Amino acid sequence: MGYPHPPHPRETLVLSKYFGDRDAISLDGWRKRGGYVALEKALGMTPADIVGVVKDSGLRGRGGAGFPTGLKWSFMKPGDGKPHYLCCNADESEPGTFKDREIMRWTPHALIEGCAIGAYAIGAETCYIYIRGEFTEPLQRMEAAVREARAAGIIGPNAMGTGKRVDVWVHKGAGAYICGEETAMMNSIEGRRGNPRIKPPFPAVAGVFGQPTTINNVETLAAVPHILNNGAEWYKKMARADNPKSTGTKLWSVCGNVVRPGNYEVEMGFPFKEFLYDLCGGPPPGRKFKAVIPGGSSVPIMNMAEAEAAVMDYEGMVANGSMLGSAGCIVIDDAQCMVKQIARLARFYAHESCAQCTQCREGTAWTTKIMERIEAGDGTMADFDTLLEIGENMTGKTICVLSDSCAVPVVSGIQKWRHEFEAHITGKRCPFRAAAAA
Amino acid sequence: MADVKTINLTVEGRPVSVAEGTSILEAARTVGVLIPHYCYHPGLPVAGVCRMCLVEVEKAPKLAAACATSVAEGQVVHVHSDTAREARKGVLEMLLINHPLDCPICDQAGECELQDYTFQEGRKDSRYQEPKRFNPVEDFGGDVMYVPNRCILCTRCVRFMDDVAEEPVLNVSERGDRAYIGKFEGKDLTHPWAGNVVELCPVGALLSKDFLNKARAWELDRTASICPNCTQGCNAIIETRDNVVVRMRPRPNPEVNEYFLCDYGRLNYRWMNGPNRLELPKVRRGTRLEDADWDVALGAAATVLRGKRAYVLASPMLSNEALHLLARLVKLTGGAGAFRVERGPEAPLPGVKDLSLRSERAANVVGAEMLGFSKSDTPLGGLRDGDVLVIADHAITEADLAALAPARSVLVIGTTLPPGVQGIEAVLPIANFTEEEGTFTNLRGRVQRFLQAKAAPGLARPSWFVLADLLASLGEQTDYFLPSEVFAALASAHADFAGLSYETLGLRGLPVLNAAPAAGATR
Repeated sequence: MGYPHPPHPRETLVLSKYFGDRDAISLDGWRKRGGYVALEKALGMTPADIVGVVKDSGLRGRGGAGFPTGLKWSFMKPGDGKPHYLCCNADESEPGTFKDREIMRWTPHALIEGCAIGAYAIGAETCYIYIRGEFTEPLQRMEAAVREARAAGIIGPNAMGTGKRVDVWVHKGAGAYICGEETAMMNSIEGRRGNPRIKPPFPAVAGVFGQPTTINNVETLAAVPHILNNGAEWYKKMARADNPKSTGTKLWSVCGNVVRPGNYEVEMGFPFKEFLYDLCGGPPPGRKFKAVIPGGSSVPIMNMAEAEAAVMDYEGMVANGSMLGSAGCIVIDDAQCMVKQIARLARFYAHESCAQCTQCREGTAWTTKIMERIEAGDGTMADFDTLLEIGENMTGKTICVLSDSCAVPVVSGIQKWRHEFEAHITGKRCPFRAAAAA
Repeated sequence: MADVKTINLTVEGRPVSVAEGTSILEAARTVGVLIPHYCYHPGLPVAGVCRMCLVEVEKAPKLAAACATSVAEGQVVHVHSDTAREARKGVLEMLLINHPLDCPICDQAGECELQDYTFQEGRKDSRYQEPKRFNPVEDFGGDVMYVPNRCILCTRCVRFMDDVAEEPVLNVSERGDRAYIGKFEGKDLTHPWAGNVVELCPVGALLSKDFLNKARAWELDRTASICPNCTQGCNAIIETRDNVVVRMRPRPNPEVNEYFLCDYGRLNYRWMNGPNRLELPKVRRGTRLEDADWDVALGAAATVLRGKRAYVLASPMLSNEALHLLARLVKLTGGAGAFRVERGPEAPLPGVKDLSLRSERAANVVGAEMLGFSKSDTPLGGLRDGDVLVIADHAITEADLAALAPARSVLVIGTTLPPGVQGIEAVLPIANFTEEEGTFTNLRGRVQRFLQAKAAPGLARPSWFVLADLLASLGEQTDYFLPSEVFAALASAHADFAGLSYETLGLRGLPVLNAAPAAGATR
């Protein structure tokens, strides 16, 4: 469903089937819609079998990196004598992304079911759902749902009466973007400042509380019950015929200059051009699309030639110069100033840098200052080299990828819309603002 | 630990073999390659945040932070390749964009790692045109002042307080380029070891209030020494300017104090420049003490001692060498020796095993005891009628003055004249420990050398030299020209010191035979 709009006929509703359906929120309502069948089935299987099914399905991480979920689960060595942890990353902070929020608002029990299955599959008795601090309503819904599920014995020391222990705890973040980075999230869960940790050790070796830990995105875990119910083959079929590496459905959050912004669920491999013009309704009247950031603000910005040629899966986006990322799609039309948009993105990263690594702490702020100076009409041609060199110094040299994420839109912006930057510099003012004033 | 695997790698073309788990930075150090770094410190947990130690590792997709990357078999590391240098140049440029160029008024100038590495591999200019971040100077309490504008947020201070002092008073507050080192509300850096954050700070952000604006780093002469302010025997560097001690700093020794020095020790150096020093030998003429030549004073002292029993009040701040010669005087005259030691509260540094500001506040308590002097709160208790009391730089209290009565006469061998003492026959002025060379024995029986940091005032001579002359005046064989020769005599006379010499001690010291183990466990 293109929630909050009625679903488009070309959507494939799996995760979003009950978005907007108030009755689906409660445990009873969820049970009536087929809830917790998959969990019951899973608890009767061996963990290795569940990991096998998820591996077969081709499910990949929906948080941005696209790592195969089954493979990630298989890193958790059973019987190593240590407590295992599952962390559900619900710190959905990537600008332009709001898909996990709707899953938690409308189908909280779907997430709990996925968490419980995931925890059982990796030998964890405890799962933390780390919810972004600003998500007040999803937090309330999730907490209520966890209470319901625990009271009903679905989770707890004797999950569904099988004698297996699966606990789910909701942990509220305090409002830092960086806490969506998995190691920063683990620090935050432990009660420390949310600073990313150096890897290695990787979370599967030493994660939260120093124990083996798996971190999965909300959408990833919510997809697991459907895979167990319908089988890996069913999931695998939802893909491009020529690309079996991306399978299943994907939720796309669309915002910006489109007629129908919202959440859309389409199969992997859907043509991006049709998606933008048909499902999302195209640009506002009298405007034209100029740029698309397809996967949340951290991915390279596409121009329309790239976007219209792209297909919507992990490989299809990479082939056209960007990434699927978190599928938070920001659409920019021709009335917008790219310099201003990019300066705004840079400011976001400068604000959210955890301040550990030098290049990120200083580089994000410096980039922002230069971008804002150019936008204000005080830029010079030398700023291009400076920005690109700062960008180079911010890429691949830090603990996490926040500084890379700040450099990405700046570098791709300069590459693709250099003329807009130059117009600011030579005209000594923003041409868009000048046009609006005229 | 017995079967630790050895890893072989190449750093800057040099073969390196180190234990598995060693970082590239530490491995490089073993072959003399210094990889620039700020946040890394061998005495602290690894943070990996400054990104200054980026090096190129062949076949690795990205540059590696050398402090946070373990060595791997067959690795080929390039520290000075173009890629690595460019990356570090970028880090330096970023570190400097908000750093004030106030080196001319910064205490750290001359010993600043930001200056050093910028000079070594930084850009000659800055492309930064925007205003710099500004935060006001903050008093962190204790001896520490924080200048946030100079801070590069390496977090060494935070990690020291968290993991070594185990009193987490500091933190990183705020985010992004607004970040600064914050102090817990209502708390100060009053931990007895907190002053170490000044040493740990690679730039001029954390400064010693005591040393503030006192001297430029390049004006200082540095001498390897031992902190004399308790029995721990922390290795120290004594820094002097124009023959005046202006600062004492820790000198790394993994066996004693690692990289640290407590605030009490660090700040208790003014007495080394102390006033009222004895500069000339003196002898008694009638009721007055008058200046005299060394030969006259030594002769007078020998005359007083001849045929008498010497009761030696020996300061526990004297070197083993001096104490050894005093012990010979005691033996020669059939006398006795004793001392008293000041006490204060003990203050351990939790993060380092067996490191503490010890309650006994003198350098050589153990050495004095080993050499036959008895420790007592009433050290004059053993003084007999007719004894010659030899006050060897020992402090004299009011109670001591009352207990002096049995002494027939008094000899002073010291740095100052003890006030109120009657009956002094001769005064032999000696150097204090910063003005001579010698050794102390710490509470675990570790013998450690200290070197001469400054000149003695007037005609004062090294303690061992004066005592050797005195013994010679009494007919003893003491032809020593160097303190090492006195120590050699000590080592051959005392079984516990057997085998030790200045050469074997080096500047990190060695334990005596049968040294007392550390409380609880050996280091």
